[in-house]
Amino acid sequence: MDMLTQWIGWLPNLAPGLLVSLQLTGLSLLFGFPLGLLFAVMAAAKFPPLQWVSFFFVEIGRGLPALVLLYLMYFSLPDAGITLTSLTTAIIALTWNTGAYASEYFRAGLAAVPLGQKEAALTSGLRGWTGFRIVILPQALRISTPPLAGLAVLVFQGSALAFVIAVPELMSKGFEIASITFEYLSVYLLTAVIYGSLTLVFLGLVRVLELRLGRHLQRN
Amino acid sequence: MIMELLPAIARGVGLTLYVTGASLLFGGIIGLVLVGAVRSPVAIVRAIATLYINIVRVIPPITWLFLIYFGLPQYALRLSTIQAAIIGFSIIASAFMAEIYRSGLLSIPDGQREAAHALGLSAVTTVGHIITPQAFRVALPAIATYGIGLLKDSALASTIGVREITYYAQQSAKQTHEGLLSFIVAGALYIVISLVVALVSRQVDLRLRRKIGVA
Repeated sequence: MDMLTQWIGWLPNLAPGLLVSLQLTGLSLLFGFPLGLLFAVMAAAKFPPLQWVSFFFVEIGRGLPALVLLYLMYFSLPDAGITLTSLTTAIIALTWNTGAYASEYFRAGLAAVPLGQKEAALTSGLRGWTGFRIVILPQALRISTPPLAGLAVLVFQGSALAFVIAVPELMSKGFEIASITFEYLSVYLLTAVIYGSLTLVFLGLVRVLELRLGRHLQRN
Repeated sequence: MIMELLPAIARGVGLTLYVTGASLLFGGIIGLVLVGAVRSPVAIVRAIATLYINIVRVIPPITWLFLIYFGLPQYALRLSTIQAAIIGFSIIASAFMAEIYRSGLLSIPDGQREAAHALGLSAVTTVGHIITPQAFRVALPAIATYGIGLLKDSALASTIGVREITYYAQQSAKQTHEGLLSFIVAGALYIVISLVVALVSRQVDLRLRRKIGVA
């Protein structure tokens, strides 16, 4: 009970942190998913240099620990004369990370569209970009959506990493309270409960999304 | 510059491998118990194991580390940074390993168990000689992939002060003002280790395939 009253007292201090966490997650997804699609399309391009660029960014974004990517941005951008807030730096790093992982899901989605669809599009006179946009992409997106939604949940958890470069998100706010009150266990339990319950809600939404997208398949 | 940075940062490779390896080992063992519990005939055991797996997975790794390193000493034991990191990552790995084992077990057709039963093999022999070897082969690539993921997660241990690759990279970045280069070196080290793990696991996988005689 004691802990619960403590928790209620801390919530007003943690709430702004949670907002920053959600903002960081939201923006990283907003920029990361289109970036991932771009990487996936580039990887399938006929022009080799485009493939190399895509390979380079995807392999670094996936191969490096997200933490190292964050530090890389944080310590190197100012040297290049670019001064950004820690939040912007975190958004760039997480966007790269998200884009790299997302590109794999987009690539799998694009590969899963049968070749016949492309041929059918060609036969119908839908060539190149038009055929891709109207025929291939919508089908690929439907296949990629469930894993992408799962990735979104992971990005939310990953947003806690921004703590290390002093972004005022949930973990930082928790750390602040803990270093003032010395109630480490209690504070981190509360952050764990917040992250955990929100993740559960998101996972529930992903389940609903999966069911909805599969609805037309269940009917037949 | 790289000639100075590389040895300074590579000092952390040992602890990175140690934390990752120990956590994968302990997590792998706890994961075995968990997967047994998830398939237990007793409903309450199943419920507890499923709850544990879900709780572990929905909390971010960094929150786990802070809970264990900063939270536990308040009431109970005081842990070294390395112990705290290994405990934290073992808990996380156990949940993921349990899921990997479970999908490995699911891939074994019921017929195998029935055939073993028909041959009069005991339950222990069936699990030890029929189910586990086949399930392990199916699970191996997933275990290797998870191991590489855990290797990257182990970078988080630097936040509680474990002197691994990222920790030394951060030190170098602060001391030499070569931030970009320091973390490029650190990143390259992670990628090289990942590649070695991936290559070894593929070799083992190929050898197992040949031994069992599937294409």
